[in-house]
Amino acid sequence: MATPSSNQYDVIVIGAGHNGLVCAATLARAGRSVLVVEAADQVGGMAVTREFAPGYRVSSGAHLLHQMPLALMRELNLSGHGLEFAATSLATTALGDEGTGLALACGGTPGAGWTARDAAAWPAWQGRLARFARLLHTLLAAPPPRLGTEAWTDKVALAKVGLRLRLLGRRDMREFLRIVGMNAYDLLEDEFESSLLKGALGLDAVLGTNFGPRAPGTVLTLLYRLAAESAAGPMPLALPRGGLGALSLALARAATAAGAAIRTASPVERILVADDRATGVVLASGETIGAGRVVSSADVKTTFLKLLGPEHLDTGFVRRVDHVRTSGLAAKLHLALDRLPGFRGTAPAALGGRLVVSPSLDYLERAFNPSKYGEWPSSPALEITLPTVSDPSLAPAGHHVLSAIVQYAPYAPKAGWAAEKRPFLEAILARLEAYAPGLRNSIVASELSTPEDLEREFRVPGGHWHHGDLAFDQFYMVRPVPGASQYATPLQGLYLCGASCHPGGGVMGLAGLNAARRMLDAGDTP
Amino acid sequence: MAATAKRHDVIVVGAGHNGLVAACYLARAGLDVLVVERNDYIGGAAVSRQLYEDFTYSNCSYVCSLLRPEIMRTLELPRYGLQIIPYDGGCTMMRDGNHLALYDNHDALRREIARHSKRDAEAYDRYSRDVIRQCKFIRPLLLREPPDPTSFKPRDITELLYIGQRFHRMGEERMYDTLRFWTMSAADFLDEYFESEIVKAHFAGSSIIGTALGPRSPGSAYVLLHHYMGDIDETVGAWGFARGGMGSVTASLTKSLQASGGAVRTGAPVERILVRNGRSCGVALASGEEIGAKIVVSNMDVKRTFLDSMDAEHLPEDFVKAVRRFKIRGSSGKLNIALDGLPTFPAIPKGSPAIRGDLHITDTIEMMERAYDDWKDGRWSQAPYVDMLMPSQIDPTMAADGKHYMSVFVQYCPYELADGPWTDAKRAAFGETVVQAIERQSPDFRSLIRHMEVRTPWDIEREVGLTEGNIFQGELTMDQLLFNRPVPGYAQYRTPVKGLYLSGSSTHPGGGVMGAPGANCARRVLADLGRSA
Amino acid sequence: MSTEHSVPHFLKPLLETPFHARARALSQHDSYVPWAGYTTVDVFTSAEQEYFAIRNASTLYDITPMVKYRVAGPDAERYLNHLVTRDVRKLRVGRVSYVVWCNDDGHIIDDGTLFRLGPNDFRVCTAERQLDWLLDSAIGFDVVVEEVTEDIAALSMQGPTSCYILKRFGLEGIETLKPFELRDFTVRGGTIMVSRTGFTGDLGYELWMHPEHALTTWDELMSAGQTRGLRAIGSQALNMARIEAGFLMPNVDFVSAEHTVRIGRDRTPLELGLGWLVEFDKPHYTGRRALLAQQRRGLSRLLVGIDVEGNKPAHNALLYRDRDGNHEVGSVMSALWSPTCKRNLALAIIDAPHHAMGSTVWADIYLNRELVWERRMVAARVVERPFFAPDRRRLTPPADR
Repeated sequence: MATPSSNQYDVIVIGAGHNGLVCAATLARAGRSVLVVEAADQVGGMAVTREFAPGYRVSSGAHLLHQMPLALMRELNLSGHGLEFAATSLATTALGDEGTGLALACGGTPGAGWTARDAAAWPAWQGRLARFARLLHTLLAAPPPRLGTEAWTDKVALAKVGLRLRLLGRRDMREFLRIVGMNAYDLLEDEFESSLLKGALGLDAVLGTNFGPRAPGTVLTLLYRLAAESAAGPMPLALPRGGLGALSLALARAATAAGAAIRTASPVERILVADDRATGVVLASGETIGAGRVVSSADVKTTFLKLLGPEHLDTGFVRRVDHVRTSGLAAKLHLALDRLPGFRGTAPAALGGRLVVSPSLDYLERAFNPSKYGEWPSSPALEITLPTVSDPSLAPAGHHVLSAIVQYAPYAPKAGWAAEKRPFLEAILARLEAYAPGLRNSIVASELSTPEDLEREFRVPGGHWHHGDLAFDQFYMVRPVPGASQYATPLQGLYLCGASCHPGGGVMGLAGLNAARRMLDAGDTP
Repeated sequence: MAATAKRHDVIVVGAGHNGLVAACYLARAGLDVLVVERNDYIGGAAVSRQLYEDFTYSNCSYVCSLLRPEIMRTLELPRYGLQIIPYDGGCTMMRDGNHLALYDNHDALRREIARHSKRDAEAYDRYSRDVIRQCKFIRPLLLREPPDPTSFKPRDITELLYIGQRFHRMGEERMYDTLRFWTMSAADFLDEYFESEIVKAHFAGSSIIGTALGPRSPGSAYVLLHHYMGDIDETVGAWGFARGGMGSVTASLTKSLQASGGAVRTGAPVERILVRNGRSCGVALASGEEIGAKIVVSNMDVKRTFLDSMDAEHLPEDFVKAVRRFKIRGSSGKLNIALDGLPTFPAIPKGSPAIRGDLHITDTIEMMERAYDDWKDGRWSQAPYVDMLMPSQIDPTMAADGKHYMSVFVQYCPYELADGPWTDAKRAAFGETVVQAIERQSPDFRSLIRHMEVRTPWDIEREVGLTEGNIFQGELTMDQLLFNRPVPGYAQYRTPVKGLYLSGSSTHPGGGVMGAPGANCARRVLADLGRSA
Repeated sequence: MSTEHSVPHFLKPLLETPFHARARALSQHDSYVPWAGYTTVDVFTSAEQEYFAIRNASTLYDITPMVKYRVAGPDAERYLNHLVTRDVRKLRVGRVSYVVWCNDDGHIIDDGTLFRLGPNDFRVCTAERQLDWLLDSAIGFDVVVEEVTEDIAALSMQGPTSCYILKRFGLEGIETLKPFELRDFTVRGGTIMVSRTGFTGDLGYELWMHPEHALTTWDELMSAGQTRGLRAIGSQALNMARIEAGFLMPNVDFVSAEHTVRIGRDRTPLELGLGWLVEFDKPHYTGRRALLAQQRRGLSRLLVGIDVEGNKPAHNALLYRDRDGNHEVGSVMSALWSPTCKRNLALAIIDAPHHAMGSTVWADIYLNRELVWERRMVAARVVERPFFAPDRRRLTPPADR
């Protein structure tokens, strides 16, 4: 391993989120001297565990781990670095309005609440989607090719995509090409009859996106989720013991063990440029640190418009960066509870899994409607976890924590969050109370993080957990923007490795891994 | 088979514009072609109807915007009476009394947009440039058969390569722009150019016409190019009113067909398409009469053709399933109004030619998106998007001197209402919603109405035969375009039944009074017969 | 301003400049052309007569339609330096610079003149509207960009007697103004900004004033110049002079990269022979990386001046490698029989290696002679530009005639 001189490194990684840490660990393991600089006081970015009320801790950003490839976790020896799971292979329960529920085991074996027709249709559906997901997951784990170049690597990569498509066989290929541009609503309506099932699957398609289930492209986001889970291996939907922060700590230990240095509470003020290449960073403290290369896990707008500055970029490129849609549409609810809540029609055993409130596709679409106009839905869709069921360490003995993703919360409600947050929280709690009578009386403390709050807490403009909308026009070879979609940027020596890049966020780590590999392949070592 | 009927080379089911286009090409190639039409008038959805005194209504389609110039020329439509007259611009009226007009003159247009935003006035040039670039890419594909990407046949591979090469020639940046353009929402696309709400709302209008999508739905951006398709052909007079109403399009096609020896039989609804030994062999009319033919071309939409006019036993199960799930959605209504005089619109300045173009009432994309939300919930839009035209200002044949015909296209109006089937009372209430919306912009409008025809999707289906009254014979979404239209594996105008072809808008490239599906279908039939067009 | 401005734009799309009343009075042909949203005179009396006044006496040309932008703010210099290919840091207050700006690919968007009015205060003058690009370029800069075209009336006074006439008009000390300098003058209670700039390659000045001073300024200039041959000219005469001077005209010699629809129609400043405007020894600007790469790669085509055999202007001619016309190597953008140089000149874009100085190509010229088309294949030689560059354009103080 190269020994860094006092303030000069091979690579500086901006941001110690999971992608930054994966990138740093991978580079350090390849013998590069690496420094990670993080603005927050702790590592983790959006994968952190935070005390939101005295004695109650919660994964304050992402709250489930289901997309990080098992191979990557093994490669970095995360279990050796302290990562343990409180629960894996969580089941999902779709909560119905009349106290009905529908159980969806992890990997999706039909169970309670299923109709015979849906149960019969399920294996074919699941098999087909799994084949499509496998096709996509190979795309997630490699940098997207560039179009129209003379480079062999791009041509080969494109040819591989075409070949994989062909290898699906004619029948599957046709079906893939048909549904990939569809909306989840129509596809699910064509396939299934149970509203609860369709609602739950629809929520998977839109969770973390800016779309309702009727929006074309939501089958893509559904496949994307399945692809990431397929890439992750046989353990999707897991809860790390100690919350998602534990994953980040393990990643940080893996990086340090490989020789990387990590400095927290060190916000970067500016990326240094000399002779038209990145040469290091200046911290807010004024300290200058040099590096042969700088890789940013910050989002595309922060990286280019704030840390680098448009003066080092071309106007057309800046225009594209400016146009990236970064507003998030998901809020996060945290409740400290003095007892385990009971959900109607749900066996206590199911409480350790994932509970979803999306009783029908129309419910979901109606929850989406107001968000288009800067309003919040009176009946939002929810993905609920009770991490303390499997990991009691997060709360005082006998007490519990409820963590929920609330879809859809507009980034900028017309009246402003200062006025809207309280009534929105009331609406969510009223909704929860309907499913879990008595829940309100058990609340010790509550916290609602709107996209605006997430923006502040995680320094991500728009508060979007993918750092930018996942949609066809911001996907694959146009993500985050043409000219920077292969992790390299127009500025020599500057790279991106965050969720802005292909394949996005979701605690997958692949953006960081792909970026590190790209840098190691690039032969751009100064 | 009944001995009465003469056997034809080809029977075309449905005398809509695409059916007639296909028939014309086939007759010109020397085939004996008979077109059978269920209504007792010709034209399908491209008709001129006299439903009240001497007013002529283009009571379905109402402007001639996309009809391919190649088709007009080859079929000699001008010789058979087709005249297309351009109109100047259009206007979007705002609820606060302001407006945005579109003028053909570039300087007038710039100053008009600059009233709302100086920046948008200049961004408009970049917007036009980018959309025209996309038009140039897509235009040659309209009159070609989409390749089957799963096929290894030389024809398909050659065609895929052709498209690939065209795409590649654009250069890296433009390829990315193209990928984005075809997948974005109109609202997001317009946000990349304009800051003014009214400018965005004006352009977004063309993205929702006839579709069950809102301006914020991904995949709605590309429809914006329809506005430029006429310009891009660089043939003056491609976009405008058909003189005498839209029926003149189909009337000229009929004359062209007759001149080539073909014939049309009206009042002859087809009950069943006849299939024997896996081959189509003619049609059976509702009257019981059977007409034999080697080849049957169905101009009906894909559901009408396969679910209503054939026995499922002739079709593979998967195919029937695919046809069932093909999305054909009613989302538009239409009002046809005879007016005693020209209504005044205070928002439009005196002397502005804008009143002769397409008139809209909207302020924001939000208003249109909310109109879409109503449709999703099974209601007609409470504040609908309307596309109004009074062609009688330009075309003297449409109404008596001083009188006017107004065509009002209304988005959105569902085929099925949440509160039960359409009734006369509901239809009247729908019409009243639209009249009130127009009245708010034109105080004297209501008093000028002498006759009004209100058409819901349900009415259009019943009268014209389009499933759900959908003007495109199927949604134009990514899953139903190109090689997916209408059914993957059957996008090349052929069907699972030998000798049975599709020529309607359910096939590539779909949409509007374009004629391309009909022309492409005829080319396929002729190629299969080993003849050249 | 003239009262016709109250006629709405949909009835009268083109604006009139503040000088329009005088222009209309002098125009013998009612021959107008649109220019950037204004109606301007094409020819007053005769293009030849007007042309000779540029080279022999003095001329007034209404340049109000030039699109003018005010660029001001703490980051104004940094912003402009990021916009244009020249080093704006070297532009001193009171100086003017000819500049071009490009898109990311190094393709030219427009050319124009950049006036430094103060440390943080600039004016950009262009032939076409650019607000969309200028504002997108301002993302991340503390700068105000606003169009001020209608707030400023402008006249170009060009010709050997122009300095003398301006002195007589009352601009004290005008003779000390050097090429590409600008200065404010107070005359009869009003302020006029004068820059020693122009589009003719001759001695000349451009006068920038408040629109309300427009008509009196015109009248007094005309009376001051009466005995020195001052006359109003239209765009035809100017176009002849600018070709002799080797200046490029947008939409004639190149199309802005913001407007091209077809593939391969964009041009870089290097390809347009404007390499002298492209500096690499300065902070980053839009298109720099692409231009640097092109410079390293070498040019596949170049805009050059050619001298064509005979006296028939090579308008729109295709250029060939050989007389047999089999191998096309370029085309003519602008062409002119130069009345002053007595040469048959053209600006042409020619493929490598045929654009090298001294090379010969063949021009395919079509002539309509009494409605009969004739075709001439004539030799054309690549020659130095500008074709016409008299010493008086630089001389300070200038001679009186």
